[in-house]
Amino acid sequence: MVLIYLDHAATSWPKPPEVMKAMAQVMECTGGNPGRSGHRLSIAAGRIVLDVREKVAAFFGIGDPLRVIFTTNATAALNLAVQGILQPGHRAVTSSMEHNSVMRPLRHVQETGVRLEIIPSRTDGTCDLGLWSRALQKPARLVVVNHASNVAGTLAPLEELARLAHSAGAVFLVDAAQTAGVVPINMKRAGIDLLAFAGHKGTLGPGGTGGLVISDDMDHCLIKPLLFGGTGSLSDKEEQPDFLPDKLESGTLNVPGLAGLGAGIDWINKRGIEVIRAHEKRLTSALIEGLSLIKGVRIFGCLDPERCTATVSFDAANRSVSELGYRLDEEYGILCRVGLHCAPAAHRTMGTFPQGTVRLAPGNLTTLDEIKVALRAIETVLKP
Amino acid sequence: MSYGVVLFHTTYGALRAEKLLTAAGFKVKLIPPPREFSSDCGVSLRIEWTTVEKIKAALIPLNREIAGIKEAPMLS
Repeated sequence: MVLIYLDHAATSWPKPPEVMKAMAQVMECTGGNPGRSGHRLSIAAGRIVLDVREKVAAFFGIGDPLRVIFTTNATAALNLAVQGILQPGHRAVTSSMEHNSVMRPLRHVQETGVRLEIIPSRTDGTCDLGLWSRALQKPARLVVVNHASNVAGTLAPLEELARLAHSAGAVFLVDAAQTAGVVPINMKRAGIDLLAFAGHKGTLGPGGTGGLVISDDMDHCLIKPLLFGGTGSLSDKEEQPDFLPDKLESGTLNVPGLAGLGAGIDWINKRGIEVIRAHEKRLTSALIEGLSLIKGVRIFGCLDPERCTATVSFDAANRSVSELGYRLDEEYGILCRVGLHCAPAAHRTMGTFPQGTVRLAPGNLTTLDEIKVALRAIETVLKP
Repeated sequence: MSYGVVLFHTTYGALRAEKLLTAAGFKVKLIPPPREFSSDCGVSLRIEWTTVEKIKAALIPLNREIAGIKEAPMLS
């Protein structure tokens, strides 16, 4: 059975061959620990990591590559920012469309005395700037939003939110797990202070990679480390260094994974992120149009490919989403994700809690023919 | 030949400086930092001491990453 992979919002697959090649090359030839020794293999590993830092910095529009903090995934990056910045008494503001990678760390710090305000989004996932504007007339320490919802793909108006966040004196943190690599992001232009990204989704790297990117202008003293430990620097001291990236990046890095991430970014740059975005808009448009013709299907989100990523959520009258997902996989080899997508707040906002939705998330290599096959299969499965 | 070393807060600072100075035509080499100057586990940059002033000027963009510049007779 030929598989049609429509779960790119969870992780991208397949990865470009260049990603595997770069990773194997590191495993075979560059086995040293970056920053921990002075020998040639350690230096070679350090060069690879620096090279990927430079690629990530350029990719997101910052100048200083040492402000790229590598983490194991977007969740780790979001935890570092949320827990590293917020202290008891601080006020944090977020949206009702967030993934648990944002919600859970926020709920955790709320228990320690952080005041949390959740601004309701509209049922289509879009953000009501009037509500945000009112909420941010009062001072806040942190504003955190996703760039795109992992459930409905809805894009947030980052520039407006950044302006409002800064007017409240807040740090503006963006969860770009769903957009890095598929929607162009320039942190400086958008006014983003901190950007958390996953390496294994749109940027086409392997699992176990991601990072927190700190803007050139942000005072990094506002972020306390979550992890303390070996950095290779100031080895005579038992206290954590106060310079980047070491302050926030203890422990040996995933060098093969980062090499894969670097190759993924090269692949995107070669193809052109604008080309990828245009292709994904066509796929989204085809999905929305096709689904809207199938009887009994309800599509969620703003239904406008210009204002969402290639992530389309739907359900069908009187059919459980788990049955739909199971049959699409078993009978047609169509792989998607059903349920709550680790985002109960988003589903409550859209009115799909607790049953959830079927999420179709094509990627940059998905073809329009595959979308047509998937739509025919959904129609067949839904026939009474 | 009389040498010196440029010490950095992080290995990445040393690697960035190496790239910048090599491109500018300086003869530099990454070496483990001499124990007399640093307890870091990573690398420092060996430079020809006669070029130290020119190197200081070339490294201005990376000043924040430099932990020190020392003459290193033990390397000669």
